[in-house]
Amino acid sequence: MAHKNIIQKIFLFYYEGFRSMTVGKKLWVIIIIKLFIMFAILKLFFFPDFLNSKFKTDEERSDYVIEQLTNPKNTDND
Amino acid sequence: MIEHLDTALVNWSRAQFALTAMYHWLFVPLTLGITFLIAFFETIYVKTGDPEWKKITKFWMTIFGINFAIGVATGIILEFEFGTNWSNYSWFVGDIFGAPLAIEGIMAFFLESTFIAVMFFGWNKVSKKFHLLSTWLVAFGSNLSALWILVANGWMQSPVGMHFNPDTARNEMLNFWEVFLSPIAINKFLHTITSGYVLASIFVIGVSAWFLLKGREKILAKRSIIIASVFGLLSSLFLVYTGDGSAYQVAQKQPMKLAAMEGLYKGSEGAGLIVIGVLTPGKEYNDQKDAFVFKFEIPKMLSLLGYRNANAFVPGVTDLIEGKYEYSENKGNKQIAPSAEQKIEIGKTAIAALHDYKTAKDNNDQQLMDKSLIVFKDNFKYFGYGFLNDPKSIIPNVPMTFYSFHIMVALGFYFILFFTLVLFFTYKNNLEPKKWLLRISILTIPLAYIASMSGWIVAEVGRQPWTIQDLLPTVAAVSQIDASAVQITFWMFMVIFTTLLIAEIKIMTKQIQIGPKDGGH
Repeated sequence: MAHKNIIQKIFLFYYEGFRSMTVGKKLWVIIIIKLFIMFAILKLFFFPDFLNSKFKTDEERSDYVIEQLTNPKNTDND
Repeated sequence: MIEHLDTALVNWSRAQFALTAMYHWLFVPLTLGITFLIAFFETIYVKTGDPEWKKITKFWMTIFGINFAIGVATGIILEFEFGTNWSNYSWFVGDIFGAPLAIEGIMAFFLESTFIAVMFFGWNKVSKKFHLLSTWLVAFGSNLSALWILVANGWMQSPVGMHFNPDTARNEMLNFWEVFLSPIAINKFLHTITSGYVLASIFVIGVSAWFLLKGREKILAKRSIIIASVFGLLSSLFLVYTGDGSAYQVAQKQPMKLAAMEGLYKGSEGAGLIVIGVLTPGKEYNDQKDAFVFKFEIPKMLSLLGYRNANAFVPGVTDLIEGKYEYSENKGNKQIAPSAEQKIEIGKTAIAALHDYKTAKDNNDQQLMDKSLIVFKDNFKYFGYGFLNDPKSIIPNVPMTFYSFHIMVALGFYFILFFTLVLFFTYKNNLEPKKWLLRISILTIPLAYIASMSGWIVAEVGRQPWTIQDLLPTVAAVSQIDASAVQITFWMFMVIFTTLLIAEIKIMTKQIQIGPKDGGH
């Protein structure tokens, strides 16, 4: 029972906190839109993990990176 | 057949990382510093019980909240880029980044997220002391979050405490404390967070000055200025100390960066420190042109600051490429520096040995594996040079590094003067009539951001061509993806971050105009 009260207290703490916000509401909208763009659009469609998406095991990833490192491309940094 | 690397891919990947890192950094330093200022304000409120200090605390807390909300998670984009654009690098760093970033995640989540809620929602719901504790924990939590990412960055500038596993192509941490307590990481952390304190102090003074010019919120403005100018002055003095420590570490670990910072092409004993100078356009490391069109330098100071010896030899760009100069190794032994060409050869030997090792492993040839491994380990120190062909490619962009460094230093000293003046007139109770200083205070806000960005340009452009010093150049760190895909996301980020920046400026300026009376959170 006491445990439930603590959970209720924490819930009410956040609930009332969010309810009483003024500037914060606008900021939360910005945060939610931003996180949606980042994770639901950018991460999903534009930023797949290159090695994880191409290979299934760490051994394959290691082999690929060693292959990349031991066959340097013909260019220099400028 | 040697494949040809798309340089557009490397350049766009670098541009994208620079864009996102710099936009991310627009939000971070204010958070690092203003949280401590808020903690100071609230501590005074709790000590005195004066409601005006509570009003001051709540006003700056709202400003912090706006900055935090707009800036939060902008750093995650960098992690996306590691996985997509810099996969060789991400794999190569192995678990070195894993531990610090995991700790950062836990720290950020528990300390910042949990206690920020108490800080904003807890007024009149938790005791004054617990609220104050939460505010302090937010300040420490923000700064501790920065610690871990800066430790990881420090490792990239000077890789220590690890060994490279040729079976997995990953670096493995051997000694956490060596990574964590690396002098370059410690100096970088202290210098970076202190720059945040200076920036936040200038921000608070600038906004307060605007209130004074408008004849509004005078008590809030004056009290904020007192605390911010003391904090700013102490921080800017400490910034000089940590800057000296950082430059000393650069001299030891990244001499090419130091040479670029100072526009030093031909090294000398008792080298002077350039106070102000104009570089000769089109200067090459091996031509006979004077490096400077104009310069004013302090004799012997670069040797003194870089090597703690006024007569020490400081190698220039040309020396670092041609080698043959004497230097002290970590253990203090005198060595003759190899040329860049020799380092490239050593690097290519290491790469070939890794290739032989892998082939021998695939063929179960234990003898060749052992032999290749010995050659690889003996030559690993300059592994990254093996990806380069032209010795000239170890030179970073000298003008960008030089001017960024000098802009940062000049502004750093200007900030000391600025805080001193503000504090002096505040002490004399004569700041309000000094309209010129109030206007300068507002104009100093963008200068603080310029100084902060310049510092990062020195750190990151100055260490090119390396992502990991001497071990992995940028060209070898990128993923083999389509350059056009990177271009598309570059412009997407440009739009998203610019929108966020405009939103930040608009919401913040509106909130400042509203002032503390009606400004809630």
